[in-house]
Amino acid sequence: MTDTSTLSETGTPSKGASHLSRYFYKSPLSRGYGLLSPTLLLMTLGIVVPVCILLVMSFWTRQGFGFDTTFTTANYVKAFDQPIYMALMKRSLYVSAWATISTVLLAYPMAYYVAFHVHKNKMMWIVLMTLPFWTSYLLRVFAWKVVLGYEGVINSFLMGMGVIDAPLEFLLYSPTAVIVTLTHAWAAFAILPMYVSLEKIDKSLLEAATDLGDGPIWRFIRITLPLSMPGIISASFLIFIPTTGDYITPALLGGPDGMMIGNLIQLQFGAVNNWPMGASLSIILMLFIASIGLVFLFLTKLARERIS
Amino acid sequence: MRNDVSYIKRPNRPLQVYAIIFLIVLYTPVLFLPLFSFNDSIYVRFPLKGFTIQWYFELWERAQVWNSLMNSIKVGICVSIASTGLGIFAAKALTNYRLPGRPSIIGFIMLPLVVPGIIFGVALLVLLSQMGVPLSLYTVAIGHMIVCLPFSIATLLPRFEGFDRSIEEASADLGENAWWTFWRVTFPVVYPGVVASLLLSFTISFDEFIMAFFLSGTEPTLPMYIWGQLRFPQEFPSILALSSIILFVSFLLVFIGQWINRDDAYGK
Repeated sequence: MTDTSTLSETGTPSKGASHLSRYFYKSPLSRGYGLLSPTLLLMTLGIVVPVCILLVMSFWTRQGFGFDTTFTTANYVKAFDQPIYMALMKRSLYVSAWATISTVLLAYPMAYYVAFHVHKNKMMWIVLMTLPFWTSYLLRVFAWKVVLGYEGVINSFLMGMGVIDAPLEFLLYSPTAVIVTLTHAWAAFAILPMYVSLEKIDKSLLEAATDLGDGPIWRFIRITLPLSMPGIISASFLIFIPTTGDYITPALLGGPDGMMIGNLIQLQFGAVNNWPMGASLSIILMLFIASIGLVFLFLTKLARERIS
Repeated sequence: MRNDVSYIKRPNRPLQVYAIIFLIVLYTPVLFLPLFSFNDSIYVRFPLKGFTIQWYFELWERAQVWNSLMNSIKVGICVSIASTGLGIFAAKALTNYRLPGRPSIIGFIMLPLVVPGIIFGVALLVLLSQMGVPLSLYTVAIGHMIVCLPFSIATLLPRFEGFDRSIEEASADLGENAWWTFWRVTFPVVYPGVVASLLLSFTISFDEFIMAFFLSGTEPTLPMYIWGQLRFPQEFPSILALSSIILFVSFLLVFIGQWINRDDAYGK
């Protein structure tokens, strides 16, 4: 709303109606921030303020159906003392670490192929690869439930072929099922940053390496891999962080052994009905994410410096 | 020299085979949903029994499905228009003006792309309940705005960056005000990005689950309805039918959006 008025005010400088409009015209900075203000306002009200309230609530305790609002760190002490909380946190990090590693390993050759070996219809390939990522995450996870289920695609197929007599139970409801599903769900997303950094590589460097006697393997290790490192790091970052707090996949495919921190947080706001504890767990998850994010930032800086 | 170039450009067969397998594996799990939705059996398993469209008919007669579909469409349309609108202003501000702190502003706006949705969902829930705001489709829409806005801006930014500002200045010199300059000069150039942003944010909002999970009141969105039905194995076939329709429409919308917006955004 404020933007349209800013725009029309600033748009007619020659007629110079008010001092305010003249001020806006003269200062591109305030015009810029004016255009940005609705977005920043929404992000502040939708992210910063709620997270602050969440932080405050994490220092409260539950009392009957209400809250005891005296400041206490009891929830945090509990979260670090009782083994269940940190065990789930560790499992979340473990599961998303494996999902990240397998996604990057599987998606890298694909990004490499499109960057170096596809010359016609490049756009078509990129759209085809990334299309599934934009469609319903819930339904893609549900599809894996259909595939891995007790009477699902794999089990009923193998039984029909006579390979196995009874359904394989380990397929569903395990951390492995969660890792497989997460890998599949995020593969499309991992390709883009790696593709971008591979595409940017100056092809003459590869020619130079070949001229100087490097074979394909050494050329890859010495040139392509280090130069695409920023893409690999940002792909890992973009998968690792969101999957740590994933809720849907462990809820549908994890079973009791595959439960993750996101499920525990949901429980606190749902069945357990201990909102302050849920708030503390969310803050702890955010702190973990922030520190991991810092490590990734540091790695990116390191990789960039080595390139230049 | 020419030999070396052709050596690098020579097609790599194993890699090509890998790429095709990759694409097949990427799409296969999702394709089982439509496959079983036409299967004449309540059990989702091989061998397939026979072809039927009864599950689709059954879906047609359910009032709850229509209700939640309408809810999702309402939220999706409002969110896509609002987030694209804000996205246009933000993208214009970020490209036209040298704002101090630009990288941190972009980083801040892109936060929801990375931070797990559950954190923002829970945080908004806590804020709304402390303010005494009842949960409704409006609160779902607020949550979806936060999820969609980074995607809108990321889609629109490359469009505005590739835009030659001098034609805007020419229009201003010729006496058009900012509003008409935008409509007659800027908009025709950036419109592929705008269409892509509208379609993309609609699809994301339509399919979004975790925000709706925490922020919806008594009126469910379609993903919430599906989630509720997943507990009942006897509902699987009709949910498969519903999922197939949703996936088909989502694929179509996103494909159209990406295709209209194709050239600049991804290089060649």
